[in-house]
Amino acid sequence: MYFRLGWRNIWRNPRRTLVIMTAVIIGVWSMIFLGSLMRGIADQMVRNGIATLTGHIQVHHNGYRNDPVIENSMTDPEAVETALKRSLPPDSRWSSRVRVNAIASNARHSSGVTLVGIDPQRETKISFIGGAVIQGRYMNPDSRNGIVVGKALVDKFKTKLGRKLVLMSRDTDGEIASRAFRIVGIFNAETEATEKRFVFVTLPAAQQMLKLEKGISEVSVTLSSQQEVHQVAHDLRAGLPSDKYEIHTWQELLPLVTAVLKMYDGFIYLWFLVVFIAMGFGIVNTILMAVFERIREFGLLNALGMKPGWIIREVLTESFFLLILGMLIGNSLGFLSFFALSGNGIDLSSLAAGMEYFGMSRVIYPIIQGKDVVMANLVVFILGLVVSLYPAVKAARFTPVEALAHT
Amino acid sequence: MSIDIKMAWRNIWRNPRRSILTISAIAFASLLLVFMLSWQLGSYDTMINSVLKIHTGHLQVQAEGYKDKRSIRLVVPKPTAVSAILDKTPGVAAYTFRANAFSLVSSEERTYGAMVVGIDPAREVNISTLKKVVREGSYLSEEDTNKALVGELLAKNLQVGLGDELVVLGQGRDGSIAATVVKVKGIYSSGLDEFDRSSLHITLKNFQDVYTMHGAVHELVALGKSLEDVPEIKKAVATGIEKMDKKHRLVALDWMELMPGLIQGIKIDLVGGFIFYIILIVVVAFSILNTFLMAIFERKREFGVLMAIGTTPWRLTKLLLIESAIITMVGIVSGIIAGSLVTWYFQVHGIVISGASELMKQFGIPERMYPQLSVLSVSIGSGLVLVITFLTALYPALKVRRLRPVEAMRSV
Repeated sequence: MYFRLGWRNIWRNPRRTLVIMTAVIIGVWSMIFLGSLMRGIADQMVRNGIATLTGHIQVHHNGYRNDPVIENSMTDPEAVETALKRSLPPDSRWSSRVRVNAIASNARHSSGVTLVGIDPQRETKISFIGGAVIQGRYMNPDSRNGIVVGKALVDKFKTKLGRKLVLMSRDTDGEIASRAFRIVGIFNAETEATEKRFVFVTLPAAQQMLKLEKGISEVSVTLSSQQEVHQVAHDLRAGLPSDKYEIHTWQELLPLVTAVLKMYDGFIYLWFLVVFIAMGFGIVNTILMAVFERIREFGLLNALGMKPGWIIREVLTESFFLLILGMLIGNSLGFLSFFALSGNGIDLSSLAAGMEYFGMSRVIYPIIQGKDVVMANLVVFILGLVVSLYPAVKAARFTPVEALAHT
Repeated sequence: MSIDIKMAWRNIWRNPRRSILTISAIAFASLLLVFMLSWQLGSYDTMINSVLKIHTGHLQVQAEGYKDKRSIRLVVPKPTAVSAILDKTPGVAAYTFRANAFSLVSSEERTYGAMVVGIDPAREVNISTLKKVVREGSYLSEEDTNKALVGELLAKNLQVGLGDELVVLGQGRDGSIAATVVKVKGIYSSGLDEFDRSSLHITLKNFQDVYTMHGAVHELVALGKSLEDVPEIKKAVATGIEKMDKKHRLVALDWMELMPGLIQGIKIDLVGGFIFYIILIVVVAFSILNTFLMAIFERKREFGVLMAIGTTPWRLTKLLLIESAIITMVGIVSGIIAGSLVTWYFQVHGIVISGASELMKQFGIPERMYPQLSVLSVSIGSGLVLVITFLTALYPALKVRRLRPVEAMRSV
């Protein structure tokens, strides 16, 4: 009966109901949609970070992360491989790399880069480089002096495919090793900084140039699901001697991204609260209005023997319908705008330099997270009912005599 | 007129609870907007200034193409000719000369690539914060030859401390090999990791000798008296250098051209912020629309009587608009006052966002943030609220004109 009464009551003044419902709808829509945009930005950051040669977990020689020099390489990759094979879930992937700072130069230009020696086949499945070559070709495993460089670096050096590029770095003996490579491929990345920073050669070529023999700088692991990261990292730490190896998860490897994620979390919930307060005033006012219009009616109900508790329930039922309808429509609109944009994303290429400054990518794909949707709806629903208590209690307090005297 | 205002005022307080709720909604929105805008705009100023004062400055004069190519050959051949123009330009607070060359820097153990920057120690002080951020050792002096300031992260990577020697190897302006040995005189930490990891400063004189610059520099860096002066200065300098050497064309670049990421980043942040604000205000507008609409629902009878005794529909509209205007103004004013108080509190004490300081540092924002109350930050938000609530109030105020006195009086 409460439901039928409540439902009919809110449609006694449809315009008023529609107005306040619009406020709830816009509020909920903005929570869902803007939330999904922010999650999209954050997720893209994580993905970029992970794909830009980070992976979910990295294994290094102890001390490499603070001091990434050639002395801190892992000289016994087989030991690491055995440990990996033992601890990794079967559907995860990994790849070994040599990674050192180097100087790249041609006849006219030079600049500092990170020289990355990769296993071309394994690497494609792990990091961005496999699918990023836009000109020329990706390296094949036995190309001894082929090098793949970024578009921005090519532009800066005024060079092109087929030209030579000399790399210089310190080898294991402490001497400056230099070697000429030929540009076989040019890659494109999310940020210009990445394009300028990394140059790729094959693993054997890098090992030979730096006199590393079998040595490698890092092993990067990607897992099929992010949830396993901590468990796997824990297993690896147990499987490898800690005085020789260090194992880091992406959260530790990308502290900036982790900090951004945390900040976004806080910001999204703050937004939920702010929007709710804005519509909370409206909800209270509207219900209050509806209650004061019906003082006579409540007095009558009271005189007929309806208990105050029932009246409270009755008023809350009305606000329940208001909220539920608003939430339903708001959620649907939120999801609709999400689906409309999730295909192509929002292209912000025109502001690329600015996006890069904040470490964001050029196209934003919104992402809906279950917990945000639940949180948004809970905030609106529960707080909505809580603030409606005030007019409900008011309604219950009208004494029959007073109320019936009221015109 | 005055009787209308009096009536409107009394009408508002006929239902104090409702009016107060509406006023609070408006006040809440303006409070939030004042605070958020003060914060946003304030952080841009600090951000721009702290980023620009680390190295870039407000304005630079360089050879055409130097910004993108960074080639040692693209020089300003006669720096004194340009500085003569800067001396004459009003609004210029200070300027300095710099030269840069990418070089190999090696310690006993390590080798890294770094940007070697030649600076004029006395002039540099007025332009950048370099001297202030020297954490260990001391700043360069005019006569220092073969002494260098090194970024903290570069020093860490090279594993060197004060007094250690570094070998610098690069290419001179004429293509010859430029090599020298420098001693670490100071170590600086600007907070911007990229800068601290990749730069090393020596004196300009020293630089010109080592890299065979023949008195040339790569950039003249100027600081205006304030950011607002920059466009004027740029125009004056650009006309000045146009008349100079046709063979070596020079260009004047302002900070927006030198660091396009910074200004675009600010734009994104601003646009993003405004999307949130507008949505917030629209939610508030719908929340209060009902109060305004009440007029026609509840006071039909009253309006009917007013019309019957000769009040024109136009006057009713005016009355209703005055009512909403008073509610809106009271809301906005109390919101501005409360918002300014809150902002002012944080302006004095600063806000620390726990855990985010590492993040802020990377964008050149200091750890403790100070929102900045300004005419702009106070007026933009409240202006938006004012416009949107006024539009909201228009609907019922115009609707009341369609009332027919007889029908209206009959309704309860």
